Amino acid sequence: MLRRQFVKTVGAGSVIASSGWLSGCATTGGGNGPKVVVVGGGFGGATAAKYVRMWSDYKINVTLVEPNASFVSCPMSNLVIGGVKTMADITTPYDNLTKRHGVTMVRDMVTTIDAEKRVVKLASGAELPYDRLILSPGVDFMWETLPGMAQAGAKDKVLHAWKAGAQTVALRKQLEAMPDGGVYAMTIPLAPYRCPPGPYERACQVAHYFSQAKPKSKVLILDANDDVTSKGPLFKKAWAERYKGIVEYRSKHTLTDVDVAGSTLKFDFNDPVKADVLNVIPGMRAGDLAVKTGLATANKRWCEVDFLTFESKAAKNVHVLGDSIQIAPGMPKSGHMANQHGKTCAAAVVALLTGKVPNANPIYNNTCYSFVSAEDVVHVASVHRYDAEKKTMVTVPGSGGVSSSANELEGRFALAWASNIWADTLA
Amino acid sequence: MNSWIKVTAGAALALSATWASADELQVRGMAAACASCHGTYGIAQPGMESLAGQPKEDLLKKMLDFKSGKKPATLMHQLSKGYTDEQLEQLAGYFSALKK
Repeated sequence: MLRRQFVKTVGAGSVIASSGWLSGCATTGGGNGPKVVVVGGGFGGATAAKYVRMWSDYKINVTLVEPNASFVSCPMSNLVIGGVKTMADITTPYDNLTKRHGVTMVRDMVTTIDAEKRVVKLASGAELPYDRLILSPGVDFMWETLPGMAQAGAKDKVLHAWKAGAQTVALRKQLEAMPDGGVYAMTIPLAPYRCPPGPYERACQVAHYFSQAKPKSKVLILDANDDVTSKGPLFKKAWAERYKGIVEYRSKHTLTDVDVAGSTLKFDFNDPVKADVLNVIPGMRAGDLAVKTGLATANKRWCEVDFLTFESKAAKNVHVLGDSIQIAPGMPKSGHMANQHGKTCAAAVVALLTGKVPNANPIYNNTCYSFVSAEDVVHVASVHRYDAEKKTMVTVPGSGGVSSSANELEGRFALAWASNIWADTLA
Repeated sequence: MNSWIKVTAGAALALSATWASADELQVRGMAAACASCHGTYGIAQPGMESLAGQPKEDLLKKMLDFKSGKKPATLMHQLSKGYTDEQLEQLAGYFSALKK
């Protein structure tokens, strides 16, 4: 249906009419439309911010609160650790969200949420009122399970590199500084955690680097889980064939503490492991903001939501998405999935703020690529639809699967996937 | 200050969103899931196929052939099996109506 649209502008000429997504660009606040505040500019939050603007015909005001100056992608960050990509390759500025979509960016952190008054308070002291709040706070680490990591300087020495950024670079430097013949030991927490195949991809990337530059060195994977949690046979094949003698995988290793000074990992039932480079990926829960504000209702760890709207089960008008939610069966905590959450949530928020009924049948997918070398890739894919009886998302029977083997064609698709999802999220 | 916006054909679907029917919203949401790889509104970055403005019959045939296994794929055969033939037809119709 074509129709002409009447846009009323308010304020000192701050609202620029938009002819839609092609020419982009619109108000950067000051309009009298409903207000949506989005917290967290990762795959979930940035996508939600963009799509609320687009799908409200640029009538709903959107403010995105994010402390970082640029988006740094976790997907592909293992390639930086492996030395195949640079930080510039995985970094995207936020400016297109403002220039093309009129999202107001606020570089800050939210400290408190008043769900009654519908106001968030920022670390700077400023307050932002909202009609609907979208939180995409990602994950934070359960440091309390690792007493040794509380010591001064411990977190600078023993890295997680599980939030792409400064630690990605720092881990790469530790690997470069490690002498040939050294051991890199990585611990993996019990699932659920962010990016199930990520640790195993990282092991491949480090092994690839060692095979080229430090062939006497070893990659030791110490996994709390009973077995490889994603793409298991494909990763094991890569370790056995491509990185024979370099990668060693040990399951059922639950980390209980880290002796930082002694560069040693301690486990509940297994012997301690000393290594040259320790890479501890701690247990995870919803981002601190969600936990502090009482939204993490599942074991005080993850946020329960209504999968039709992503509205929190604990607070009205507050939506939570991305890695911080209590996932549906078969739904991974991935950037791709957070991007899909962002759109589903955006559509629901626009519907709710314009007196419409949200889509009752959401269906979306997950696609995840892992690099087992500099070029060769394996994927896992799945399709998820809403089940009205179970009131959750379920995997569509017969859909999805993994690569038959690692291959270079999917390596090219993986890079194209990255540039596309970054653009869909941020441009 | 008031301003009139002229709606271009390409942006029609986007702009009609807020008063679209429940079915249209359902299809728009379903199609947006494809955008993660195939670009917002089906306009892809290099290396991935754009879906916007392709003939409906071509898009539908491709997806049905992926689903049946007739057309080789890296993962589209696995994703297309998650959708009914009717949903694939709705997706084909949606993307064909978007401007290239």
